[in-house]
Amino acid sequence: MSVSTPEKKDIQETPEAGFGKRSPGRRLIEANTFWIGLVLVALVVLFSAIAPDSFPTLFTFQTLFIESSVLLILSVGMTFVIITSGIDLSVGSVLILAGMVAGKTMEGMSGGDASKAGWGVITVGLVVAVITGTIWGLINGFLVAVAKIPALIVTLGTMGAALATAYLLNGGSDLRTVPAALTQTLGYGTSFGVVPNLVIVAIVITVIGAWLLRTTKFGRYTFAVGSNAEGSRRAGIGVTMHLLKVYTLTGFLAGIAGFLSLAYYNSTTISGHTTDNLNAIAAVVMGGTSLFGGVGTILGTVIGVFIPAVLRKGFNIIHVQDFWQMFIVSWVLVAAVWFDQRRRRRRNSR
Amino acid sequence: MSEILLDAIDLTKHYGSVEALRGASFQARAGEVTALIGDNGAGKSTLVKCLSGAEQPTSGKIVLDGEEVHFDSPTTARRMGIETVYQDLAVAPELDPAANLFLGREIHRKGILGKLGMLDKAEMRRQAVEEFQRLGVTLQSTDVPIGSLSGGQRQSVAVARSVVWASKVVFMDEPTAALGVVQRERVLDVIKKVRDKGIAVVLISHNMPEVLSVADRVEVLRLGKRVARFTGRDTKLEDLVAAMTGALVQEEAA
Repeated sequence: MSVSTPEKKDIQETPEAGFGKRSPGRRLIEANTFWIGLVLVALVVLFSAIAPDSFPTLFTFQTLFIESSVLLILSVGMTFVIITSGIDLSVGSVLILAGMVAGKTMEGMSGGDASKAGWGVITVGLVVAVITGTIWGLINGFLVAVAKIPALIVTLGTMGAALATAYLLNGGSDLRTVPAALTQTLGYGTSFGVVPNLVIVAIVITVIGAWLLRTTKFGRYTFAVGSNAEGSRRAGIGVTMHLLKVYTLTGFLAGIAGFLSLAYYNSTTISGHTTDNLNAIAAVVMGGTSLFGGVGTILGTVIGVFIPAVLRKGFNIIHVQDFWQMFIVSWVLVAAVWFDQRRRRRRNSR
Repeated sequence: MSEILLDAIDLTKHYGSVEALRGASFQARAGEVTALIGDNGAGKSTLVKCLSGAEQPTSGKIVLDGEEVHFDSPTTARRMGIETVYQDLAVAPELDPAANLFLGREIHRKGILGKLGMLDKAEMRRQAVEEFQRLGVTLQSTDVPIGSLSGGQRQSVAVARSVVWASKVVFMDEPTAALGVVQRERVLDVIKKVRDKGIAVVLISHNMPEVLSVADRVEVLRLGKRVARFTGRDTKLEDLVAAMTGALVQEEAA
């Protein structure tokens, strides 16, 4: 048989022939993040060429980064969840709820108007926001990992529940008194002259997230669970516990994001966050993380957050209606999943 | 004749009113491949599950290396040097071969970074390459996801993962079922190398020619009991089939 001849050669190949690492150049070209990174660079170059006076400015980039910070933090958590082949639709609502609970607490401690509250009250507010997010994440994790209800349904449920709770807490309206000390430092303040504080927080969290995912056992198990949950269980990994931790981490980050959002917008801005969950998922998936689990990077997610943001900013500056941004991003998202699926099918047919 | 490493005596296992094992006995010896065969429903999988800790027998005794043992979970069995290779490829396809080899047994970095959970990827890769070479598993590259390798290579890695960690017994449940001819040979070569390390290999297979080619010893289960034992060299295919179907019975129930 002619087919068997080349395969036979393969067997007799000496073991030393393999075991190579791919060259850095080849690895770069084979990396998803490289290509979407190029797209981002191309967009920035394109808009800079069209509007050289207004796009490539310090102000544009400052606002671009600030406006992306909150979404970036949500997306870092979402990356972990999606790598485990799960999903978390509740992040936007948890953000709102955490902000609302923190705001309510701060108001309560200052007798109804928190505008002039000091750092003691603000610290309590931060702790409350983080705890709220973490508990909500824990509930998600428990229902997904222990009760084994599909993540889509669990987080669809907790999304509605968190949003409803936030409305109930303040009679259906936004909360508007936020400590001025908080908005002036964390919300609008800058460090080193030009870097917004909000952005610094987002960068720190993103770097820690990337470190956690890329170099630690926690990250390795996140990939393993998403790649083959049953196999991981057989290898002695506590899959249930790990999923619980991942959903809790996402809730924790949503809690932080809720507090930052409160600081920046000076209000709970409930209606402004109702599509945050989908934006985060879109960013993560566009960034090359696979909805089927086992694959993903934080760097990709960062790029995935900035592609829509740059598009929106650019369209605003060159006076194109930013509905076009939504239109384009939606189709890019579908294309990204399609490519991922094709890649997978090709691989599995071997 | 080498020493008996794993000795299961008179195991029974009931699932409600169903008797999956009815006083099954089984022996595996160090440095030998023992094939466990039987028709569908003979109790092979249940027996292996009991011996690898995935299930607990209703009654009976398991003796490992001269001492009676109880496996309350696969982790316990693994700690005592018993590993299992599953029929369906139990690897994480998105991870590279080294990550799969060390799955659940990662090496941490030294010092404070290791305490924080950081992994020593270079060291794991180095050891993985060493082990793959020793077992004769050939891979083009160690930094690609295992899912992009061929089925045979994937299964070779799965086999390697178990045998690297096994110090006493390796169970292989149909390790070649999903493979082509060439890939199957490759996995069988790995099995022989493992046996030569002095480990007791238990091969569960439906493929009689395969059993006859690698097994030093064959034990036959039928209806939850061992009905016959053969020594590999002088076994004939007809005898195996006869024992599996009940036409030949060497051992009467105790």
